[in-house]
Amino acid sequence: MATETATPPALTKKDFIAGQDVRWCPGCGDYAILSTAQGVLPKLGIARENIVVISGIGCSSRFPYYVNTYGFHSIHGRAPTFATGLKLARPDLSIWIVTGDGDGLSIGGNHLIHILRRNVDCTILLFNNRIYGLTKGQCSPTSEMNKKTKSTPLGSIDYPVNPISLALAAEATFIARTLDTDPKHMGKILLQAAQHKGTSFVEIFQNCIIFNDKAFESVSDKTTRPDNAIYLEHGQPLVYGKDGHRAIRLNGWKPEPVTFDGAVPPDGVPVHDETAEDPSWAYLLSRMDHQEGFPVPMGVFRRVHRDTYEDLMTRQIDEARKKLGPDDLQNLLTGEDTWTVSQ
Amino acid sequence: MSETRRIAVEDLDNIVIRFAGDSGDGMQLTGMQFTDTSAILGNDISTLPDFPAEIRAPAGSLAGVSGFQVNFSNFDIRTPGDAPTALVVMNPAALKTNLSDLDTGGILIANEDAFTPDNLRQAGYAANPLEDGGLKAYRLYKVPITKLVDNALKESPLTFRQKERCKNFFALGLAYWMFSRPLESTLKWIKEKFKKNPDMADANVRALNAGFYYGETTESFEVRYQVRKAKIAPGTYRKITGNEAMALGLLCAAEKAGTHLFMAGYPITPASDILHELAKHRKFGVKTFQAEDEISAIGAAIGAAFGGALAVTASSGPGIALKGEAIGLAIMLELPLVICDVQRGGPSTGLPTKTEQADLLQAICGRNSESPLAVIAPATPGECFDMAFEAFRIATKYMTPVMILSDGYLANGAEPWAVRKLEDLPEIPVVHPTRTNGDGAFLPYKRDPRTLARPWAIPGTPGLEHRIGGIEKADVTGNVSYDPDNHEHMVRTRQAKVDGIAADIPALEIFGSPSGGDLLVLGWGSTYGAIASAVEQARQDGMDVSAAHLRYMNPFPENLGDVLKSFGRVLIPEMNLGQLRMLVRARFLVDAMGLNKVKGQPFKIKEIFQKILDLRPKSLAAGRRAAVA
Ligand code: SF4
Repeated sequence: MATETATPPALTKKDFIAGQDVRWCPGCGDYAILSTAQGVLPKLGIARENIVVISGIGCSSRFPYYVNTYGFHSIHGRAPTFATGLKLARPDLSIWIVTGDGDGLSIGGNHLIHILRRNVDCTILLFNNRIYGLTKGQCSPTSEMNKKTKSTPLGSIDYPVNPISLALAAEATFIARTLDTDPKHMGKILLQAAQHKGTSFVEIFQNCIIFNDKAFESVSDKTTRPDNAIYLEHGQPLVYGKDGHRAIRLNGWKPEPVTFDGAVPPDGVPVHDETAEDPSWAYLLSRMDHQEGFPVPMGVFRRVHRDTYEDLMTRQIDEARKKLGPDDLQNLLTGEDTWTVSQ
Repeated sequence: MSETRRIAVEDLDNIVIRFAGDSGDGMQLTGMQFTDTSAILGNDISTLPDFPAEIRAPAGSLAGVSGFQVNFSNFDIRTPGDAPTALVVMNPAALKTNLSDLDTGGILIANEDAFTPDNLRQAGYAANPLEDGGLKAYRLYKVPITKLVDNALKESPLTFRQKERCKNFFALGLAYWMFSRPLESTLKWIKEKFKKNPDMADANVRALNAGFYYGETTESFEVRYQVRKAKIAPGTYRKITGNEAMALGLLCAAEKAGTHLFMAGYPITPASDILHELAKHRKFGVKTFQAEDEISAIGAAIGAAFGGALAVTASSGPGIALKGEAIGLAIMLELPLVICDVQRGGPSTGLPTKTEQADLLQAICGRNSESPLAVIAPATPGECFDMAFEAFRIATKYMTPVMILSDGYLANGAEPWAVRKLEDLPEIPVVHPTRTNGDGAFLPYKRDPRTLARPWAIPGTPGLEHRIGGIEKADVTGNVSYDPDNHEHMVRTRQAKVDGIAADIPALEIFGSPSGGDLLVLGWGSTYGAIASAVEQARQDGMDVSAAHLRYMNPFPENLGDVLKSFGRVLIPEMNLGQLRMLVRARFLVDAMGLNKVKGQPFKIKEIFQKILDLRPKSLAAGRRAAVA
C-alpha cells in the first residue's frame, strides 16, 4: 500500500524517462508533450512509485511506456474506468490519464463524461490531433466538417464536438487548453492541472504530421499565434493580438472582437474569472473557437472546488463505521433471524 | 378469540405452497414471510420466486402475474417442489397461468372477489371458472378476501385502496392457519417494517389475524396440516438466497485476504442484488461503485485490482457480453478479478427475470483469441458463498480472472444455510512483492514456476515501477513484444496456467455407484437439486443410475474423463441446448445425451426422472453382476 517514504529525494526529469524506445513518427507533436510532462512530474514532489499513468488505445496512448512510473496501457476508450477503480481503491496515488480525440471522445466518450462529473482526482491529458493516427487516418469526432479522409473520401458529414464545451457540460472542475508547440505554456498548465484536486481536463492541440499536418497551423505557428489565440489569464481582461491591440467585448451575452490602442481596454471587455461557479462564462469562451474572426482561447477556462468522489466515499466509510459500531463480520454472517437445530 | 372447532390435523412430510397474484398484490413478500416462518420453525425450505420483468404490467393481466413457491419439509429437500400442494390465487389471471401446475386433488384457494367480469375478461375467461364447475378436480376454497379485509379494517383510517393492499396478509394468515404456522415472526416483521406508519402496521396485523381466524372459525375447512421440524444436521441456521450468499462470500474472502473488497456493478436483473447487498456494508470497508455502464464496471474492478484490492464485478448475460473485451484484458494483464454472471434467459434482453444456464459457452469461449478463463459454478443458493470465496482463492493464487456462473434461480431462491464461522474459513494468502525479482529492473512477468502466476506488485511500491497493458508482452520482462515465438509461448503459458488449476480443485464425486455403472447423470449449476432427487428416486427403484455434479467448469476436475468412461451412458440435463454436452463430447469423445429445457423455469424432479425411465437403465443388481463379470 502507500509507502510512508520520507520526502522523496528531489527528482529530476531524467528520473521519469523510461528506457523503452519511443516509437512515434519523427516530428509528431507527442514528443513535445511527453518531454513537457516528464519535466513537470518532478515538480510535484510525489514519489515516482506513487504515480500511475493510464491510457487507452491510439498513438497518444503509448505514453505510459515512456514514463518511468507505474503504467497501464489499457483498451480503447476505457482509461477513465481503470483510473476510477484504481483511485477508489488507492486514493493515495497520483493518477494521470492520457487519451486522444478518438479514444476519449468517440469510443470512450461516455466514460470521459462520467469521470468528469464524478470529480475523481486525476489529470486527463487529451491529445487532440483531429484524426485517427494509429489506424492510419480516418476522421475523428473533432475533425472539421467535410474533411476528406480514407473513411470519408467525399468529405465527412459529421459535426465536430468541442472538447472544452463537452467537459463543461459534464461539470468538470478544472478545464484547460494548451498546445504542443508552446511547451512553456503547456508546462504551466500541466502543473496547475496536476495540482488541482479533482478531475483536471486538459485539451492539448497536437499535430499529427503524417495524417493531419498543420491542423492547428493558425495557432501553432509562432508568428500567427498572437492574432489567432487568446491566452486566458485569471483576473486579466480578454486582450490579445501581436501588440495587445485586440480584445473581446461583451455585447449583452454576445462576444465581439474589437481593436483598441493597446492602453486601456474599452468598456465591456470582461475580466477572466476561471473560478466562476456558473459555467456559463467558460462556456461562452469555449464557443469562440470556430467563429470567424475570433481567437482560440488557450489556458484555464474553469477551476472550481468540489469534493472528490474518492473523498466522499472515504467519508461514507468512516461515517458508517462511526455510526454502526465496530466491524463484526460474524454478526453479518449470522444475520438477524436464526434458528438452532440441536441433536 | 372464538371457540375452537375440532379440526383434524394431518401430518405431512412436505408441502409445496404457491402464492400467485397480480404483481401489485405483494406475492413475493407473502411468500418470503411464509418461508421465514417455516425456516424458523425448523423445516427445510427451498423457494422459487417467479415474477414478471415489468414492474407494473397492467393490473389483472396474464403478463402481470407474479408467483412465489415454497417447499417446506421435515426432511432434506433440494428443490422448491415440482408441483404445488396448495395454490393461492388472488385473481383470475393468476388462476389461468398457474392452474396447470396443480395436481388433481390439490388445494386451491381463490379470492373470489377478484373474479369480476373485467378481470375474467383480461384473463381470457368467458365464464367464471369458480362457478362453472370446471374446478371440480381440485379442493377449491372460494374466499371473499377483499370483502373480509374491508370488514376487518372498518375502523382503520386508511383509504380503500390502501386497505385493499392488505389482502395479501389475509391470504398469508389463512395459509398460516391451514399449515399450522405461528404468526409471531410476521407480526414482528410488520411492526419493524411499518414503524413509521402505525395505521398501516395495524391494518396489516388485522388482515393477518383475520385470515388466520377465518380458517379457524368458518366451517369451510375440515382439515389442517402440519409439517414437523426437519432432521437436519445440528447447528445454527439462517435463510439465505444465492445473491446474499454470493455477497457474503466475497466479503469474507476479502477479510481472509486481509484486504478490502472493491465491487463495481451496473444495474441489471438478476444480479443487482449483489451490488445492493454489498453497498449496505460500507462499514466493513467495502467500496461499491455503481458505474456508468457494464464496461466501466469491469474497468473499475480491474483498476482496483491493479491497486491491490480484491475486485469483483457482477452482471448477467448481456452485461457479460459487454465486458468481454475487458475480461480479455484481465487475462492479458494476469490480474486477480472475480466476475459473477447471474445467468438469465436470452439471447439479448431475453427473459430478464427468468432463469437459464446458457452462458456457459460465453463464459468459457466468449472472447477474442485464446483467452482462457477459470469458470466455476455453485449448485445451490448456499454454495454461492463457498464459490465466491473459492473464486478469490483461485484468482489471487493464479493471478487470473475467475468467473462464477450463478443463475436467476440460485440468485433469488432461498434455502437454510448453516451459518459459517469466520474462524473456520481458511486464510487467502496474498503477497505483494516489495523487492525486485531480477538483477536490475523488476520483472512483472517472471512467474512462480509452480502456479505460473506472475507477481502482484502494486503501485506505491518503490523500485517496482512497471507498465502493463493489453499488447502482447515479452515473457519475464513484460515489455511490448511482437516476436512470433514469444507470442506462441505466452499463449500457451496463459493456457497452461489456467489448465494447472485442475490440480488444485476437488475431484468430481459420484453419487451412486462410485466405480461406474450403466447411466451417469452429469449436471452443473442450479440443476443439482432436481438431478440429485431424481437419481436418488431412481436408485431407490432399483435402477443403475448415478449422478455427478460439476462445480468447476474450466478447468474440469482431473478425474472427469475417467468418471465419464466408467459409465455405459451419460445423460446431461441442462437449461440450454446442450452446452456442457458439447464441451464434454469435444474434450472426452463421450457420446453424451442431453435433456434440455429452455423455458425460463428450473427442471422439475419428475422431468429428469421420466428421462431416466425412458432410457431404461439396467437394474442395480444387473449392473453389479456386470461389474463383477
Ligand atoms: S500517426 Fe500522427 S499522431 Fe500518430 S505518431 Fe505519427 S504523427 Fe504522431
